[in-house]
Amino acid sequence: SKRIIIAIAIVLAFLHHDTWNWGNSDLVFGFMPVGLFYHACYSLAAAILWVFAIKFAWPKGLVDWAEGGDSNES
Amino acid sequence: MIGLKEVTQMNPENLIPVNLIATSTIPIVVIAIYLGLLLGLAMMSKLLFRGTSTDYFVASRSIGPFMLLMSVFGTTMTAFALVGSTGKAFERGVGTYGLMASSSGLIHAACFFLIGIKLWSFGKKYGYVTQIQFFRDRFESKAIGYLLFPILVLLVIPYLMIGVIGAGKTIMGVTGPKGKAPGMFPELFESTNGAVPGELTGLVICLVVLCYIFAGGSRAAAWANTFQTIVFMVMGLLAFYLISDKLGGLGAAIAQANEAHLVRDVSGPEGKVGVPKLMFLTYMLIPLSVGMFPHLFQHWLTARSAKSFMLTVIAHPICIMIVWVPCVLIGLWATGKLPEGTPGGAVLAKMVGILVKDPIVVGLVTAGILAAIMSSLDSQFLCLGTMFTNDVVLDKYGKEHFTDKQIILIARAFVVGIVILTYVFSIILFEKNVFDLAVWSFSGFASLTPLVFAALYWKGATKSGAFASIICAIGVWLYFFGASGFGGEYTVLNGMMPVAFSFGAGVIAMIIVSFFTAKPAESTVNKFFPKF
Repeated sequence: SKRIIIAIAIVLAFLHHDTWNWGNSDLVFGFMPVGLFYHACYSLAAAILWVFAIKFAWPKGLVDWAEGGDSNES
Repeated sequence: MIGLKEVTQMNPENLIPVNLIATSTIPIVVIAIYLGLLLGLAMMSKLLFRGTSTDYFVASRSIGPFMLLMSVFGTTMTAFALVGSTGKAFERGVGTYGLMASSSGLIHAACFFLIGIKLWSFGKKYGYVTQIQFFRDRFESKAIGYLLFPILVLLVIPYLMIGVIGAGKTIMGVTGPKGKAPGMFPELFESTNGAVPGELTGLVICLVVLCYIFAGGSRAAAWANTFQTIVFMVMGLLAFYLISDKLGGLGAAIAQANEAHLVRDVSGPEGKVGVPKLMFLTYMLIPLSVGMFPHLFQHWLTARSAKSFMLTVIAHPICIMIVWVPCVLIGLWATGKLPEGTPGGAVLAKMVGILVKDPIVVGLVTAGILAAIMSSLDSQFLCLGTMFTNDVVLDKYGKEHFTDKQIILIARAFVVGIVILTYVFSIILFEKNVFDLAVWSFSGFASLTPLVFAALYWKGATKSGAFASIICAIGVWLYFFGASGFGGEYTVLNGMMPVAFSFGAGVIAMIIVSFFTAKPAESTVNKFFPKF
């Protein structure tokens, strides 16, 4: 699941380059340039990706280990 | 009418005096109320101060999900979030959002998830309060602290000056002359035509931040950041709504924008409009800087539990969208309203001043800009004080030689020293283009990110590899920084950002040198790569 999350993140990073909208000045909803709309959707996609990351790739072992006893906290 | 010195003309369209903003002191009153509220709230948090150094440095690791989100988001968003985004969209067009915001949404959250949670875990387990403590243990070297320390400090100080200078310029713009109308205080500040001088604004901002950081440390910073983040998010949306309303609605507003700014294709004289494709691609490395910001590291360590990170990781890209989409649109609308060549940093203030005119709104939006600035300043002042105390003084003389109260006193003394130093530098360099300097600061931190990735994810990363990575990355960064004239906008090979080279140098040096040098001790590997 961690590898799938990382793979999706890498795909998103490439999709972010968004070559097909580079010269497109169409407006979405009559006020938002298509390039801005695409990247705003991309922000939402990033948030959704991290929802899945937390659901399926949460570092439970590390966190339980850190939150367990035997801490050096002063 | 309170605060109105003269009303000579009325604008027939909306019956608001045309010179109201220049001569009314209302915006300054609004800003003073905001600063008073901020100081009151932050000082209230002192009631929760437990009097220990752990509470001063990392709020006893007790900050919950919402405050962690607000303090991390507020810290990563500087004046750039409101002023810079609008200005860059005015200059470069719609590509600004993809260039700086949506890429940050993915990469910042990735850094919080992949770096933040791991560092929080080691900080919690081993009692770290600074990055350098972690790196010293992970790479079995005290010397790496003495190499990293000056680099981190030198990269944070320009970042601090960005805030102080940005605040000074913002208030100068609000209180300065408008057309034939004099500035707000013509008798008091003759040399600046009635505008509040930058050094006075810088002094007030520094003193306000110093008061609550001195008193409450990390907990006060978290409370103040929560308030400030809410303020700048709301004020950005308020400016967006009022400006679009004055332009006749969203459709009418975008219809009068310059068409060249609605696409990312490069155009205009010297290709200043649009975004070169290589720049767009390599700019994605700059948000990696959050992986090495020392002030963000300190915020991560304040988390009550690892679960506190969940909201921050998910909501951070959405918060970026809420702040940046309206500001980028205002910048695009401004291309149809303001003359070409208007300084980017003045675009938001001019759009509010020309279109909205209401001095209360001017005061509120200015308070929002100051909130974005100060929510980064406080964390940076505190982190430098924390680093000086823990990585230099306590490391050299031993923690056992000091009581907890003495440690807090040392940290407070360092914070005062850093504030004074920053203030003096900001006066000397007041005319510097602060936003270009910001990108260089971010690039420097991003160049060091291979170090933290390797430390956390590669058992074979060695002490020599770490030294080589730091020296090569910062060496290449310094070369390009010098080539830019120490802080100007600079690209190579038709748009490539220098960070691509400095980041690459850090990665290559880490890998090659680690392969050929002594591996870390088994005890160190077991300590940082525990088996569950």
